[in-house]
Amino acid sequence: MREKVIFEYSRPGRGATDQWPQAVPEATDIPSHLRRSVPAMLPEVSELEAVRHFTRLSQLNFSIDTHFYPLGSCTMKYNPKACNQYAMLPEFLARHPLAPESHGQGFLACMFELQEMLREVTGMQGGVSLTPMAGAHGEFAGVAMIRAYHRARGDLARNEIIVPEAAHGTNPATATMCGCVVREIPVNAEGDVDVEALKAVVGPKTAGIMLTNPSTLGVFERRIEEVARIVHAAGGLLYYDGANLNAILGKVRPGDMGFDVIHMNLHKTFSTPHGGGGPGAGAVGVSARLAPFLPIPIVGKEGERYRWLSESDLPQSIGRLSAFMGNAGVLLRAYIYMRLLGREGMSQVGEFATLNANYMLARLKAAGFDAAYPTRRASHEFIVTLKRQARELNITAMDFAKRLLDHGFHAPTTYFPLLVPECLLIEPTETEAKEVLDAFIAAMIHIQKEAEEEPEHVRAAPHTMPVRRLDDVRAAKQLDLTWKPTATKSTASVPLPA
Amino acid sequence: MAFIPHTEKDVAEMLGAIGASSIEQLFDEIPANLRIKSLAGIPPALNEMEIGRLMSARAKLDGRPLNFIGAGAYEHHIPSAVWAITTRGEFYSAYTPYQAEASQGTLQLLYEYQTMIASLTAMPVSNASLYDGASAVAEASLMAVRANRKSKSLRILVPTSVHPHYRKVAVATAGNQGLRFEEVPFAPNEGRVAVDSLAKYDGQDITAIVIQQPNFFGVLEDVDAITDWARERGIFVIASVNPTSLAMLKPPGEWGSRGGADIAVGEGQPLGVPLSSGGPYFGFITTRMEHVRQMPGRIVGRTVDLEGKEGFTLTLQAREQHIRRAKATSNICTNQGLLVTAATIYMSIMGPVGLQRVAAASHARTRELVTALSRVKGVRPAFVSPGFHEAVVVLDRPVAPVLKMLEARGILGGFSLAEHYPELGNALLVCATETKTSEDIESFANALGDVMKAARAA
Amino acid sequence: MSNVPADLKYTRTHEWVRDLKDGTLEIGITDHAQHALGDLVFVEVPETGRQVGAGEPCAVVESVKAASDVYSPLAGEVMAGNPELGTTPELINTDPFGAGWLMRLKPANAAMLSELMSPAEYESVLKAEGA
Repeated sequence: MREKVIFEYSRPGRGATDQWPQAVPEATDIPSHLRRSVPAMLPEVSELEAVRHFTRLSQLNFSIDTHFYPLGSCTMKYNPKACNQYAMLPEFLARHPLAPESHGQGFLACMFELQEMLREVTGMQGGVSLTPMAGAHGEFAGVAMIRAYHRARGDLARNEIIVPEAAHGTNPATATMCGCVVREIPVNAEGDVDVEALKAVVGPKTAGIMLTNPSTLGVFERRIEEVARIVHAAGGLLYYDGANLNAILGKVRPGDMGFDVIHMNLHKTFSTPHGGGGPGAGAVGVSARLAPFLPIPIVGKEGERYRWLSESDLPQSIGRLSAFMGNAGVLLRAYIYMRLLGREGMSQVGEFATLNANYMLARLKAAGFDAAYPTRRASHEFIVTLKRQARELNITAMDFAKRLLDHGFHAPTTYFPLLVPECLLIEPTETEAKEVLDAFIAAMIHIQKEAEEEPEHVRAAPHTMPVRRLDDVRAAKQLDLTWKPTATKSTASVPLPA
Repeated sequence: MAFIPHTEKDVAEMLGAIGASSIEQLFDEIPANLRIKSLAGIPPALNEMEIGRLMSARAKLDGRPLNFIGAGAYEHHIPSAVWAITTRGEFYSAYTPYQAEASQGTLQLLYEYQTMIASLTAMPVSNASLYDGASAVAEASLMAVRANRKSKSLRILVPTSVHPHYRKVAVATAGNQGLRFEEVPFAPNEGRVAVDSLAKYDGQDITAIVIQQPNFFGVLEDVDAITDWARERGIFVIASVNPTSLAMLKPPGEWGSRGGADIAVGEGQPLGVPLSSGGPYFGFITTRMEHVRQMPGRIVGRTVDLEGKEGFTLTLQAREQHIRRAKATSNICTNQGLLVTAATIYMSIMGPVGLQRVAAASHARTRELVTALSRVKGVRPAFVSPGFHEAVVVLDRPVAPVLKMLEARGILGGFSLAEHYPELGNALLVCATETKTSEDIESFANALGDVMKAARAA
Repeated sequence: MSNVPADLKYTRTHEWVRDLKDGTLEIGITDHAQHALGDLVFVEVPETGRQVGAGEPCAVVESVKAASDVYSPLAGEVMAGNPELGTTPELINTDPFGAGWLMRLKPANAAMLSELMSPAEYESVLKAEGA
């Protein structure tokens, strides 16, 4: 039984009347040509109907709370309930963004301490800005700061950003958004950046390089210090995409590796909720030379008081990236998480994330699966390639992914990075127990066997989900992006005052 | 600590399977000189009881003053069911719905959201959210540049009655791609754009104009006249609107006589999202069907599965960063899914009548507030033009000390315009929504009277 | 193994060119390209009258998994875009060298046509790509 679209429950005149404010006399001051005449089509349902509908919808989802979610590059670790509970204390929820500092010392203390802790774990001594609202937004800030740095020094020719071909799509998209030109360099067979290709591409037009370390291939860039030297020597800066910070938290610091600017995905490494597609938070940290360019506002401390630092304090800032100060509620959750972990806990994150990934890699290899980089250690994630299964059995990574759903596991990341054909990028995170990993491995072995003996069954997966595979082509060609009533234009029954 | 379940036995078995003697050995590819010994700068761990005490103490420091600030973030009643359901683990801890079969809950909810927002703005199609209202204006400007083929200038007109932070974000976000945001001053006595002031742009190549309704001062712009002026000249109209106001005000799809705005954006926070010091909120964007492929961000479509059963999936993904990379419509990946969830539940519970009541009550309360404050000696309204649920009052003395004295009495009296609009004098932007009672308004007016009197005597 | 008609010229970026012998050229994307893209869902052809440079992106072909630029093999003026592709983009999949043509171009310099790849040269490009 499909769950209906909520409009199909609407009945004229129905509504959650105890949520409505009292009616007021008609507004006489707004001229009629500025008034709305036909009400918007919003559901007319009781509160119970709405609660039931959305509760049932939630039950159609996989989530970390219900399923193992080994999505590479996403870090689907447990989102502690305490983070939500204390970020949603009524005073925090009720605080207006423009409330004065006299009514904000509690909130500002949390933000300041978060800035300091992020500085410490990343080794970015120039400071941290919490305002970018997602990883890609943080990337934008980072590249914009690199550009601003060069322009401030009169070096206007530097507009090229170097990006490894294995990079996440947001990297080149961000470079373009910043008005830069993308120069792609290859990765070698071992998964490291091709240093010779890098030397050929750096020069007086190099603004910087965007790197992830460990890379999107799940392995550590072993020649990172050399890469840093080459780019710096050519006058460029190093940008660190912090999507994979979970692998090295407490073990290595990007600032120590030579990076000039980093964005962190607080919704990955620092366990703020993924929420079905956000909200994230992409805090950025910088070395001293980029500090003047940080996006505002930033929290400063004078004696025992906290205050906002804004345009007048940072005249060279790349500017304001959000209407207020970014995703404050997300930042509170990250703060609580970091306090719960403390220095001991944070050192363990990288260790156990790496242990879990290497364990899965070893067992999958032993079971006959092909690792993309079999001679390398896994970082917190690793890649299995199913190109042999595709060639010999005509079973793809997509087929494995869909069949895993039937086994009660969300599929790993598929077809990213684009470099490795038919790949699964697997990241267990540190919060999963050994039995969960073993069950996943057992499922993979089972699917492989099924692929050999009953391939059609795998190709037609999933079989047990609320829907079977969906017609993407039809979705893109016959665009159905909003629900339309079959009869009248509007389902609202109460006419608005004329 | 760190929510790690492993026992020593687990670790030993796992290391055995890997063939390593210690966890440390798993890091042997990392140059030794890069390895840090400890995170001494991070404080020791707190347990949940301790963090609860700390956060409660900090929350108490901030208190809950009586709030009359609007300026882009609005206090509204949020039904308890909204966040009770939004924080269910199946919504809260779900990922972006890339595996559609495992995400039908989120996908269907987004489809319902797209439908509601499209209808509210009277435009045919919506995406599944942007970061916030300010970045939405930036994205809409970039979209207008892509979609307005007839214009090459990259010039975007932005009235100074548009939220000052939105204008700054637009420049910071889109300036790097060559867009030029040009300010159009509002008429100082009216608090809105005078349409004949646009005549100076006649015959020039302008790509788009941004119209905020209601504008930053709460004043209603002459949207029909401005829209017609723009559309007659091939200039794209970007409407930046308050979603609650759309229950009462003419929506962007109906502005003017030539089919309405081209793109409508806005801040979705008023729809069931708490103030929370400025975020997370969400931006919405809607447009005409012919521009759908230029719209940034995720879009959900309805289709069928192998068995002909209805289902929902992300569509038009080829324009997004993970496929199109350097040529993507935007670099946006993660958006504001959880807030959209809350807003969809809010709109469903409030319904068209509830939302209209909220809009009407907020409008009425603000009129009541302005009347009450204007009775205080030394306070007068700045503009006579009609407004929605905010207004500017002018004091006969500097605003900052007055606000400080009100703060000491637990009242946040509004947002001072001294920094952004010095030309308006001692101006204060005040807002009252349906959450304020007549008693609240009276308290504010009395306190203001006392404070002004004391300041006068000093 | 994809189809590579002998009477056409080709580019490294998988466009084909047919000399219509009336001073204009017909241009489309190859069988290899349509196969790599998968089912096409949307096509954007250039406006009639537009001047394009050699190698300039002038059209977009979009499938579920990719949106690719089509590059004009020669400089010239666009005489027509295929009107059928608005409603039936899949013509490119079913008949990439015939009904799935993208545009017709009046070249600035017709002699440049001979500089494009022959069918044999294009086939070696495909072989090198492992197609």
